[in-house]
Amino acid sequence: MDFSLNEDIQFLKRNIREFVKNEVDPFAMEIEEKDEIPHKIIAMSKEMGLFGLSIPEEYGGLGIGMVGKCALYEEVGKTHNGYTTLIGAHTGIGTVGIVDMGNEEQKKKYLPAMARGEKIGAFALTEPSAGSHATNLKTTAVRQGDKFILNGSKHYITNATVADVFTVMAITNPEKGAKGITSFIVEKDFPGFKVGAVEKKMGLKGSQSAELFFEDCEVPIENVLGEEGQGYVNALKILANGRAGLAARNLGSCQKLIDMSMEFVEERKQFNVPIIEHQAVAHMLAEMAMDTEALRSFTYRVAWMVDQGQKVIKEAAMLKLFGSEVYQRVADKAVQVHGGIGYISEYPIERYFRDARITRIYEGTSEIQKNIISGQLRKEYKK
Amino acid sequence: MDLIVIMKRTFDTEDRISIKNGLIDEEEAEFIINPYDEYAIEEAILLREKHGGEVKVVTVGDEEAEKELRTALAMGADKAVLIDTEDVDVELDHFSIAEILTSYLKTQDFDMILGGNLAIDDGSGQVAPRVARKLDINLVTTITKIEVEGDKVTIERDVEGDVETVETTLPVLVTCQQGLNEPRYPSLPGIMKAKKKPLETIDYDDLDLEEEDIQAKSKSVELYLPPERTAGRVLKGDMEEQAKELVELLKTKSKVL
Ligand SMILES: Cc1cc2nc3c(=O)[nH]c(=O)nc-3n(C[C@H](O)[C@H](O)[C@H](O)COP(=O)(O)OP(=O)(O)OC[C@H]3O[C@@H](n4cnc5c(N)ncnc54)[C@H](O)[C@@H]3O)c2cc1C
Repeated sequence: MDFSLNEDIQFLKRNIREFVKNEVDPFAMEIEEKDEIPHKIIAMSKEMGLFGLSIPEEYGGLGIGMVGKCALYEEVGKTHNGYTTLIGAHTGIGTVGIVDMGNEEQKKKYLPAMARGEKIGAFALTEPSAGSHATNLKTTAVRQGDKFILNGSKHYITNATVADVFTVMAITNPEKGAKGITSFIVEKDFPGFKVGAVEKKMGLKGSQSAELFFEDCEVPIENVLGEEGQGYVNALKILANGRAGLAARNLGSCQKLIDMSMEFVEERKQFNVPIIEHQAVAHMLAEMAMDTEALRSFTYRVAWMVDQGQKVIKEAAMLKLFGSEVYQRVADKAVQVHGGIGYISEYPIERYFRDARITRIYEGTSEIQKNIISGQLRKEYKK
Repeated sequence: MDLIVIMKRTFDTEDRISIKNGLIDEEEAEFIINPYDEYAIEEAILLREKHGGEVKVVTVGDEEAEKELRTALAMGADKAVLIDTEDVDVELDHFSIAEILTSYLKTQDFDMILGGNLAIDDGSGQVAPRVARKLDINLVTTITKIEVEGDKVTIERDVEGDVETVETTLPVLVTCQQGLNEPRYPSLPGIMKAKKKPLETIDYDDLDLEEEDIQAKSKSVELYLPPERTAGRVLKGDMEEQAKELVELLKTKSKVL
């Protein structure tokens, strides 16, 4: 068993750490206030190649495995989570569909531009009627000659306003239920496609989620992603692949919260001593560190399993669940050890607390992860 | 255009630094490319992007410095050279490093050599000027802008806050000042490619130098950390009282009056 990262990954990791610390962190307050990520940061991130994190080398990406990706996501997770989500959604659910299920033409057409960040990706499954019940889609796709005609809508779609390429799930055969769903690559300029209003949210400022509308939207048949009828399976695979990455981003945020908290508790004095000398405060930090360390081990273990080609449905669900619950706990304690200032918006702690909250909901709620885990367990024990 | 950047690996002065047995504790320190040398690397890459040619980075040090050379390659330099002084038994100082660099550079073709204005570790700014002198080429220090047209080089340099414009010709050695450019981050694909770029290690004794030729001419007597800064004091009372107290303190406490 070897837990060390190879030299390349360490180098990449160091580089991203410096980048987010020097170039993104100083703008966190601005992102929060304007609900927008400064163009300069996005442009620099593109130049750095961050948008190609999960794309194979032959298509202009980095070509690193899941362990490597997680190591880098951990660094991206340390900064403003809106920025983290922009990068995470693009490099995660926004591109892996094309990487894993795309045919050669599709990969050649989309991936190099996506690796350079010239085209940004998004993933569109959720609809008003289909949240946790993801197969209950109403968006339809009807074959007409060499096109599919899409009608319907999606909501809460991350990166909607900035994305150029959407992985969209729609019903091609209403009789077949989950097996009647197909995934498509939809470009923002396709006729009949429209992005709706941006949702106002509790947190994750700068990452924009919006509705999508398909009104007789024309999608050429060569833009079917994977097999017809495999759309739901594809969506599950894309989401499962994203889970280790999300956990790694959460891990980075937890680490950052510990770093900030440790600095604070050594400086802040009450009753004439640094507050870490009060055992109740010290113990909160001990728990934060322990939770985070457990998350670290679990994240890299699952990432390693992915790199070995092992099936990780259960483990990825556990990790998604555990990672977001740990993030929430750590953020809650970080607020607590900071006292009043932890609640004040001028200081970053409360922002992480709000941003942690979404991780228990999107990419499958905590409850749904438990359904997956217990479902897998039952399967295992039936054998 | 053939560009050579001379660069130094230094500890990060923004990081915690501790002293052990009269030396900087290297175990504790974080190492980086000297930030002024980063301006030099960036400018060399920009000049190559504009005029073509090749950028080679050179450093004198031990194996550890390969990390910083790889960073320069990842930023976009084409080749790296490590002049390994691990086995040198004599003390080295700025004079020694300049001697070593010069004897290497003499064997190389170049149009321009770029270095940092100074290194943030010891802040002496000696090596590059010594090299220029030894090679007997033009030297312009603290540059903030550079343009090359054929053989002609137009440079703006920082002279204690003012700008001086200098015209000179290739070959020239320049030292780079803050404000010259904004060094790029190594791109992630650049990092992956850097390991395939050539990194040559030269032993100092391949350079036709004897240890007595490079023996340090200076001696470091003592190394200590600056005193910890104490908290400032805010004077209270109305303007007149404050002024009075200030004058009093300047006389008695800091003794500047
Ligand atoms: C900021 C943000 C970004 C998002 N980004 C994307 C995106 O990029 N792409 C995309 O497709 N979607 C995205 N989503 C949608 C997100 O994945 C869904 O909101 C999530 O899956 C939950 O669906 P829902 O909101 O309809 O809640 P519901 O499914 O209505 O859930 C409500 C509650 O009921 C519980 N529940 C429902 N069914 C069960 C069950 N069977 N067993 C136990 N409990 C159950 C849930 O756990 C939850 O607690 C995003 C959402 C947000 C808020």
